[in-house]
Amino acid sequence: MTAFFNEMMRPGGTVRPAYARIADWLERTPPEVLASRRAQAELMFRRIGITFAVYGDKEASERLIPFDIAPRVLTRSEWTRLEAGLIQRVKALNLFLNDVYGAGAIMRAGIVPSDIIYRNPAYRPEMAGWSVPHDVYAHIAGIDVVRIDENDFYVLEDNARTPSGVSYMLENREVMMRLLPDLFSAHSVAPIETYPNELLASLRSVAPRSASRDPTIALLTPGQYNSAYYEHSFLADKLGIELVEGRDLLVRDDIVYMRTTQGPRRVDVIYRRLDDDFLDPLVFRPDSALGVPGLMSAYRAGNVTLANAVGAGVADDKAVYTYMPEIIKFYLGEAPLLKNVPTWRCREPDALKYVMEHLAELVVKEVNGSGGYGMLVGPHSTRDQIEAFSKKLAHDPANYIAQPTLALSVCPASFSGGVSPRHVDLRPFVLSGADGARVVPGGLTRVALNEGSLVVNSSQGGGTKDTWVIDDPATA
Amino acid sequence: MRVRISHRTTYTYAEPARSVIQVLRLTPRSNDSQRVSDWRIDVEADCRLAAGEDAFGNVTHTFSLSGPVTSLAITVEGVAETIDAAGVVHGAIERFPPEFYLRETALTAADDAMRAFAAQTGAGHATPLEKLHALMGALHARMVFDADPTNSGTTASESFTLGAGVCQDFAHILIGCARHLGIPARFAGGHLLRDDGVVNQQAGHAWAEAYVEGLGWVGFDAANDICPQERHIRVAIGLDYLGAAPVRGSRNGGGAEKLDVEVRVSHAGSRSQSQSQS
Repeated sequence: MTAFFNEMMRPGGTVRPAYARIADWLERTPPEVLASRRAQAELMFRRIGITFAVYGDKEASERLIPFDIAPRVLTRSEWTRLEAGLIQRVKALNLFLNDVYGAGAIMRAGIVPSDIIYRNPAYRPEMAGWSVPHDVYAHIAGIDVVRIDENDFYVLEDNARTPSGVSYMLENREVMMRLLPDLFSAHSVAPIETYPNELLASLRSVAPRSASRDPTIALLTPGQYNSAYYEHSFLADKLGIELVEGRDLLVRDDIVYMRTTQGPRRVDVIYRRLDDDFLDPLVFRPDSALGVPGLMSAYRAGNVTLANAVGAGVADDKAVYTYMPEIIKFYLGEAPLLKNVPTWRCREPDALKYVMEHLAELVVKEVNGSGGYGMLVGPHSTRDQIEAFSKKLAHDPANYIAQPTLALSVCPASFSGGVSPRHVDLRPFVLSGADGARVVPGGLTRVALNEGSLVVNSSQGGGTKDTWVIDDPATA
Repeated sequence: MRVRISHRTTYTYAEPARSVIQVLRLTPRSNDSQRVSDWRIDVEADCRLAAGEDAFGNVTHTFSLSGPVTSLAITVEGVAETIDAAGVVHGAIERFPPEFYLRETALTAADDAMRAFAAQTGAGHATPLEKLHALMGALHARMVFDADPTNSGTTASESFTLGAGVCQDFAHILIGCARHLGIPARFAGGHLLRDDGVVNQQAGHAWAEAYVEGLGWVGFDAANDICPQERHIRVAIGLDYLGAAPVRGSRNGGGAEKLDVEVRVSHAGSRSQSQSQS
């Protein structure tokens, strides 16, 4: 474990100043009190009803994502650096999306190979050749970052399609404030409760220019069987907007209306949590019963804004990810503030050869995959798993990228057996509106609760923690 | 050659539908080998027919109706003047570079059998153009034209396994095979003036187009084993049938639907004759 950056403890056993009070609290608090805090936290989450459906889980249904009571801490100065990097990255992502659906300058300049764009399933030809309202594609972006040492944050992946998890960020904070009020108030923790207001402001700012000054906004959900339905209803409630399903909306003469008891009401902005494929059966999957027939036509006519924009998922592609440093330089003329994980593109023969020979050391991911599905974590895989995966890889190399197994930082986590370090990542949520980009301080910290595990996805046994951005401790 | 096309699509609903919305791709554009004139499209209902253009540059007409709707008829009539360009399409709107059309879709994706067929058929032919002709001929020989076992949602793989299908299926298979060989390919929908004098048809026609360096886009009609000539009228293109579909619609309520399609494709005679007749 000594190879990993420990966010609380320095190698010699001294505590990093940011964690001074937390280390003290973990040490001073008797195990039975910590146990009762854990039990209380679980009870609170059960009462809230926050659940998550796990795909491929035969026990089916919904379960609680484990919550760890030890907060994760970042100092204000660490956050300020991270924030600047996140905003830079999301600005570049939005410019990139405008470009790939517009002039295509970055492809013509030979910086991003055009086949990565044109053959990407998330690229939507229906978006080409016209501009989305206010030129914003990724209104909400979840940028997954990991820390590997005192100074460096790496971006693991970009989620510009429909990033989820923000309800956990907000609920974790609420629970922590009730669970450990003294510990919380002993730190000056930057507030995140402003997120719903910030999101609402962003969504209002991107309403079509033809909309009234008080635009009508609705959240479009696939319905209660979707794994993130809890989050959809939670956010609609916090934002004070209608939660709708496809059947609650209709399109007439390129205008979108919501059915209400007072008759149809025009909708200006749709925060949609429904995938592109299902949005409009007249344009995408004809068998979709979840979407709104005619929605794309209304969108293209400029009468409604969809957030995130259709086709934004092309930026999530892990092959596109490998070009992010170049993408940032190309559009902003700046050096990237956040690092990219060095990545082998298996589409390139030399890279493929290397990856094939080093599968046991690498993490291999599908370029268009998410949620930790369909990936190989070499060091944690059996010989048979590696063998099986190498066949898939050989069959379709362009579908994969590979990365070294990163030394993700560790934070203390509380278990019945005591406090012990576990690997974490961080998903901050970056909002982009007509007036620029912003991030509430912090994000969702995901923690790999199984000892030694590096996979933090909630579908793969991960949990979450509250994330505190605190004022810098006086330097000792 | 002057070709007159007229068709009428009638929907009858078992119960009144509460609402109907449709996107039509029924209006051809002119290009170097077809000049479209006197094209009329009409929906017999109280609605606004909004003309537009889709991602591929196809002309679209969109309308929405509020119920109760018990029946709906769409009529299209027009004349296209064509010349034989040996299947080569010039002067058409191109919204994407050829390599875009290497993109795989669910309806066209090649399975192992199609890949093997494509590789085997293409082997021994030096140029992409020769490979495409070989693929068209081999498909025509291998597949039985039969409207019964397939429908508009049948994939290339399913049809290839069956060894049977309609022009749309032939086109999807050819597209999937060409893309597997690294040749950009796409779907073209339209009409065919039959050479046996039969004017009334059950449906429109479809074929594949492939991009050949030096020539541009070239049509391949595997159902007839010919490159499109002056008897082919090209209406819409897409990555597959879904992108070029003549009608994509949705309705709320209405129960069972009865669909009647009448398509007439005939010689329009010379311009002076048709004028004197009118």
